Amino acid sequence: MASTTDTHRDVPQRAGSDWLRDALPKLVLSPSLAIVLVFVYGFILFTVYLSFTDSRILPSYGWVSWLNYDRLFSIREWKIAVVNLLIFGALYIVICCVLGLALAILLDQKVRAEGFIRTIYLYPMALSFIVTGIAWKWFLDPGIGLQAVVRSWGWESFTFTWIKDSDMAIYTIVIAAVWQTSGFVMAMFLAGLRGIDNEVMKAAQIDGASSFALYRRIVIPQLRPAFMSAFVVLAHMAIKSYDLIIALTGGGPGTATSMPATFMYSYTFTRNQMGIGAASATIMMMSIAAIMVPYIYSELREKK
Amino acid sequence: MGFLDIRQATKSYGALKVLHETDISIEEGEFLVLVGPSGCGKSTLLNMIAGLEEVTTGDISIKGRSMTGVRPADRNIAMVFQSYALYPTMNVGQNIAFGLEMHGVPKPEREKAVAEAAELLQIGHLLDRKPGQLSGGQRQRVAMGRALVRDPDVFLFDEPLSNLDAKLRVDMRTEIKKLHQKLRTTIVYVTHDQIEALTLSTRIAVMYGGHVQQLGTPSEIYDHPANMFVAGFMGSPSMNLFPASVAQENGKAVAKVELADRSTVALPFPDHAEMARHAGREIVLGIRPEAITDPDGSDRNSASIHHFDANVEVTEPAGSDTFVVTHMGGKEVTGRFRANVDVRAGRTFKFAVNMDKAVAFDPKSEERISA
Amino acid sequence: MAGSSASQQVVRTGAGARFVIYTILILFCLYYLVPLYVMVVNSLKPLGEITSGGMMSLPREWTLAPWHSAWSTAQVGVEATGLRPFFLNSILMVVPAVALSTFFGALNGYVLTKWRFRGDTLVFGLLLFACFIPFQMVLIPMARMLGLMHAAGTVPGLIFVHLVYGIGFSTLYFRNYYQQFPTELVRAAMIDGAGFFTIFRRIMLPASGPIAVVCIIWQFTNIWNDFLFGASFSDFDSQPMTVALNNLVQSSTGVKEYNVHFAGAILAALPTLFVYIVAGRFFVRGLMAGSVKG
Repeated sequence: MASTTDTHRDVPQRAGSDWLRDALPKLVLSPSLAIVLVFVYGFILFTVYLSFTDSRILPSYGWVSWLNYDRLFSIREWKIAVVNLLIFGALYIVICCVLGLALAILLDQKVRAEGFIRTIYLYPMALSFIVTGIAWKWFLDPGIGLQAVVRSWGWESFTFTWIKDSDMAIYTIVIAAVWQTSGFVMAMFLAGLRGIDNEVMKAAQIDGASSFALYRRIVIPQLRPAFMSAFVVLAHMAIKSYDLIIALTGGGPGTATSMPATFMYSYTFTRNQMGIGAASATIMMMSIAAIMVPYIYSELREKK
Repeated sequence: MGFLDIRQATKSYGALKVLHETDISIEEGEFLVLVGPSGCGKSTLLNMIAGLEEVTTGDISIKGRSMTGVRPADRNIAMVFQSYALYPTMNVGQNIAFGLEMHGVPKPEREKAVAEAAELLQIGHLLDRKPGQLSGGQRQRVAMGRALVRDPDVFLFDEPLSNLDAKLRVDMRTEIKKLHQKLRTTIVYVTHDQIEALTLSTRIAVMYGGHVQQLGTPSEIYDHPANMFVAGFMGSPSMNLFPASVAQENGKAVAKVELADRSTVALPFPDHAEMARHAGREIVLGIRPEAITDPDGSDRNSASIHHFDANVEVTEPAGSDTFVVTHMGGKEVTGRFRANVDVRAGRTFKFAVNMDKAVAFDPKSEERISA
Repeated sequence: MAGSSASQQVVRTGAGARFVIYTILILFCLYYLVPLYVMVVNSLKPLGEITSGGMMSLPREWTLAPWHSAWSTAQVGVEATGLRPFFLNSILMVVPAVALSTFFGALNGYVLTKWRFRGDTLVFGLLLFACFIPFQMVLIPMARMLGLMHAAGTVPGLIFVHLVYGIGFSTLYFRNYYQQFPTELVRAAMIDGAGFFTIFRRIMLPASGPIAVVCIIWQFTNIWNDFLFGASFSDFDSQPMTVALNNLVQSSTGVKEYNVHFAGAILAALPTLFVYIVAGRFFVRGLMAGSVKG
């Protein structure tokens, strides 16, 4: 696409108004760009810088080199947080994708009341993670929730105490997060399915493909872009997830459900270890950049 | 100096030169068509005239005034776009009046101008509709109306008919031609359709690869193509181009052409004195299908009809004519026979060639050798 | 979601298969609805019915007391104000933040698609990446900056924060939308004599309704539901709804009033649920655009 705004060659008698006219679009864009450069990229640099300083309650500028990173990786809670993120991220992405794809395929079978069902699958996405967290927190609470209910129905020995169990609590976060997001992933796959060329599928049917083969060999391979988008969105949400953990488990029992996002917050603002907090934020930043930068780069290149 | 002058104009995007040094000059009231395949630079040139794209080097002037640094709005031009570019949220009347409004024309005058244009284009009953409610042909008319009310020095058309179906395209083509004859305005018109170019224009610039290949009247372009590209691009079916060699026989310059059965036919050039200078040279001979006919269908006014026998490979009846395919110089060659001639594939038949209409090209440079 | 389904016309399913499909689909409806059911039902019953293991049953005694308590009398932090003041805080914060970020997004999208310049893709890339950074990365400097601007712990401070980090997404929406918008229209308007702002106001804006709705819904949902910024940058007086709700639920003093918690959670969810139900199809489009392409 051609640029139409490059500055005209010098025409002295018109230069004044020309300059303003040609610069106007850039002037309009510049406040946003300035804001982003300062408040995003400037702040990123500042935080990276802080991660190499001896900042505690307040930013301080004593250079300590890699000390904060050394200490960070020797803190037990950070290791737990990283392992939790890996467990949570893997399960969250895989379950959301499998469930989303399965529901999308089922919903694509000329189902009656499709719009209504879709609405039900998708509404959790409109809720705050805080609301989701509270709903699941009490629903999974052994004292009043699922366990109490099943016992009151007569199954006295029924036990479901994951949310109070250090080894299992992380999975309750998976349950709630999947509940919130899987409908959205379903919608992404459904849009992908609707975009597939009808004639290709007819041809496959005439070639004798069974429904199963049709989906496995023809349809799902064509959903690659939808998988890509789903992966990027889910991975990004997993790394940033903070609200849900605060509302559902508060990071507990103990530190059993800590994640990098909660770790950063508590070290920076509660434990007054700003240098370590900044180091952990920097690590989070790096992991997101590793996923987002190639994705954004390829998206913007394609459109050329 | 003409009405619209393009002098040594070029366009580059960085290191990529999409338009090479171009010189075109047309008079007031002319209808210039820029024609060529996609990517030839014709739309770029039109956008440069409109001021939508910068001229990299060189200059474009209208009425003797250089347009360098002049905004599109201040060039007193109007443009009809391929997609019509009607403002979707305004009704037809507002669409037509928008340019006048932007130029500060008072409302009563605007309404008068809109009414006149609507009258001329027979769209008076559509003025309150939104573009979305119009058919393709109606949109086309509204787009032209929007250009008309501006009473511009130059009208620019960017492939205005390419979004219409075949029938409507022919109708609108006629209508544009009528409009031009009535209003006598200067028009620059871009198309990739060579028939549009030939029917509409007073002058054609055939473009390819960022170069103007030939600038001339429709008959100059059709009968005397400057090179093999122009010869092949203009005309449908396109001109037959096949290898031949120039020889002297009985004091006359002839083109020797090999037929499918390896026999050779000698076709005398009408201007043999000129072609005799090229004796012994390999050439590419160009003959349009309508100059290769059945013997009775040949042009009776021509003194250069030559007959030969050749094998008919395929016949394609097209209603008014039958196209007949044979081989000359190792290339497929199409002739245009009258529809009622009983010609069949696989038989030998007598062909008549009108050498008045033949052109010779240099196989290396692809430029024309003689008239 | 418009358009005919590809597989709908192709894959034929027998009665048995249909039965299985509907069973699975309905079971998942239940899965998605159970938490909502739990919230609604338990917000309408006295506390005793919940603690005695009746979470799944309908109220024996229907009561609106938990709603009343959550709205105006429950103890949030120190004072027994209910969630009402915080609900108002959220509205005061959301409306200007959404309006401003949408306005800037529209202008940016217009420049980035119709007035392109060398390096515009890089600028867009920078704006776009800013949508996806972990906000933990900016918490520390932003807290300092708000302090310097004397906006720490205030609603205007929060509006500013949401504006800053919302511009990227609204620019993304408008850019993708305006990219589909025919450039020929802009060129026609230029030839007609319209300038930068006239084209924006007369040609682009009147055609921007659909994307404005999508963008407003997205920004509204995101900003209303935000917790991290609210928790980091607000004082007690300027807390948004999500933060107050979390305080209400997590407060360790006294008896846990589950029914009040549920009523509060629904109150916090109502605005976004309402938007979702009223403008659901735009909501989906907005979510999809979150995956960059849209």
